[in-house]
Amino acid sequence: MNAVDHTLLSVENLRKTFSIRGGFFRKPLTLTALDDVTFTVKTGETLGIVGESGCGKSTLGRCILQLLKPDDGKVLWLGQDLVGLRAEAMRLWRQDLQVIFQDPLASLNPRMTVGDIIADPLRALKPDLSRAERRARVIRMMEAVGLLPEMINRYPHEFSGGQAQRIGIARALITEPKLIVCDEPVSALDVSIQAQILNLLADLKDEFGLTLVFISHDLGVVRHVSDRIMVLYLGRIVEMAPGDALYAAPKHPYTRALLTAVPIADPKRARERTIEGLVGEVPSPINPPSGCHFRTRCPYAIDDCAKARPPLEPAGDERVVACIRWREIDEKGLAAATRATTGAGDVPSPEAELRLEEVQKPGFTPEDPRPDLL
Amino acid sequence: MSAIVLDVQDLSVNFALHQREVKAVADLSFQLSEGETLAVVGESGSGKSQAFLAIMGLLARNGRATGRAIAGGTDLLALSRRELDKRRGRDIAMIFQDPMTSLNPSLKIRKQLAEVLIRHRGYSRERAATRVIEMLERVGIPEPAKRANAYPHELSGGMRQRVMIAMALLCEPKILIADEPTTALDVTVQAQILDLFQELTDDFGTALVLITHDLGVVAGIADRMMVMYAGRAVEKGTVDDLFYDPRHPYTFGLLHSTPHVEERGVRLAPIKGLPPSLEQLPPGCAFNPRCAFRFDRCLSERPLLIPRVRERLSACFYEGELKVETLVEDAAE
Repeated sequence: MNAVDHTLLSVENLRKTFSIRGGFFRKPLTLTALDDVTFTVKTGETLGIVGESGCGKSTLGRCILQLLKPDDGKVLWLGQDLVGLRAEAMRLWRQDLQVIFQDPLASLNPRMTVGDIIADPLRALKPDLSRAERRARVIRMMEAVGLLPEMINRYPHEFSGGQAQRIGIARALITEPKLIVCDEPVSALDVSIQAQILNLLADLKDEFGLTLVFISHDLGVVRHVSDRIMVLYLGRIVEMAPGDALYAAPKHPYTRALLTAVPIADPKRARERTIEGLVGEVPSPINPPSGCHFRTRCPYAIDDCAKARPPLEPAGDERVVACIRWREIDEKGLAAATRATTGAGDVPSPEAELRLEEVQKPGFTPEDPRPDLL
Repeated sequence: MSAIVLDVQDLSVNFALHQREVKAVADLSFQLSEGETLAVVGESGSGKSQAFLAIMGLLARNGRATGRAIAGGTDLLALSRRELDKRRGRDIAMIFQDPMTSLNPSLKIRKQLAEVLIRHRGYSRERAATRVIEMLERVGIPEPAKRANAYPHELSGGMRQRVMIAMALLCEPKILIADEPTTALDVTVQAQILDLFQELTDDFGTALVLITHDLGVVAGIADRMMVMYAGRAVEKGTVDDLFYDPRHPYTFGLLHSTPHVEERGVRLAPIKGLPPSLEQLPPGCAFNPRCAFRFDRCLSERPLLIPRVRERLSACFYEGELKVETLVEDAAE
């Protein structure tokens, strides 16, 4: 444990692959969900994790919680590696690490009362508590999340999505965890309810001194809650920085594009701004582009981008960036190549995106970024 | 002033549920002009989707629509099923959040798109095939001839939504209704699809109705917006008026519930409570139990949607200033 830098969680070189059954007579395919991911989470901070579908953000959350076993790498919780711990040993740490899922109703057992659902982790992790003590804790927690104690004997279907998420939060909090992984906790909720839950999480974080890992595809929401933000693309960290710095001056071309693609709820600003549009869609993680995974959509891509994985370099102010051209783009204000202009008709096919000279190189084998899609 | 392509008057939608009538949409009136984009904003249960399903004649069996929806000189609500079939696609087309629900999974893209032209416009098979490829290209599908031979499941979500848009546009409808068209898409792909909509309204003069819960999407592409709550329009006006000077506490609350990508830590001022059940609407203004600005009159009398400022209509009795502090204090109670 390192008390000086207050590191609570340290993830080192995490790698997770999934084997996908191929067709008849076809060999199974390997999907790399997380590819050498390294970062730390400090006590009391909120680390936001953003990215589009297939970037590995949910897999990362599950690997931290040991709900999925990583292929390689370490998940150090207060210095202790959780990977490969036996169930019995993991149980010791389980109360420290809790989770809130996206679909509140689906993650609650419909046959259990609200009181039993919230008390469930206590039963498993603190079996010596008396019934009365357990009930008292449940009621205290229900009050903390804004549920009326008289609802204790009701069933999940009697609750709306927002209230169900409050139940999920109460269940996560009851073991007095140090860290909660929030996996898209407000994505299924209406705007007005979403705001209530975000405020609740902020209050509970202060009240209970929580550390949060907040996973979301919604950059507005992540911006709102996070101290630091990690941007993932096809299983790799492309940029990580304090939230203010990241939004004020994104360095990685993907972060730049992602931020300008987020709709701004302000008509005048929305009309004024220029979108650094991206062509195409996220390639399949089954056979991602060589070198930098983002190069097939990147308006700044050059030949070197295909050669090697760009290292995650420090870029000042606690920032890291994985782009071989970030300095150039940043310092010279390099203009994006023309193919960045979006618009119907000019979305190149994955094949067309591989530049001609590349195809002409001897020994070239086409890597269709989406073998599963046409 | 552009021509009015859709004129909806007093549209109500009722559902028969366990021998009871549930009013999903009540007295909705609005007009849509050529080439304009109208955003219809509301949360689940606000009636925003049901209103347009009714106009399209696509209500569930237990649903019944009353009122008028005039497009191209005829009342769509008064047409027989067969007559409506002819009009759908030509005058008015609709696309949905999940294109897979609208595409036939067992037919190649080429075939299902050509079908539309052959049935609705009497195209020959050859002519339809050419037109389909042209349209796929128009909506930004790379290698349209190759992709036309794909089955829907072989395309990505963004591509499928483009196919849906192509299909909706084949008959050159005057009105395109898009129900949460980008909600299931990644943000960079969403930006591409919104761009495409903008081009279509500019180039073809198509009037677009964008049904959404996302105020960011609205700010980017809509001209006017209509906010719905519990089946009724509560505020209507230009996007700028409603964003910068909302007069209905619900619109005001929605705006303060939306986290901004450009600022952090500013505490949200959400609307308290939950949307009401349509089966048990509170008396007076349906929003009153959640409203920070309510007073006696709101509890007994329902406010009408009346002109307030400029072209703005708002259904609220409160005439004072809407203050964020009031929202925050009220939520804290």
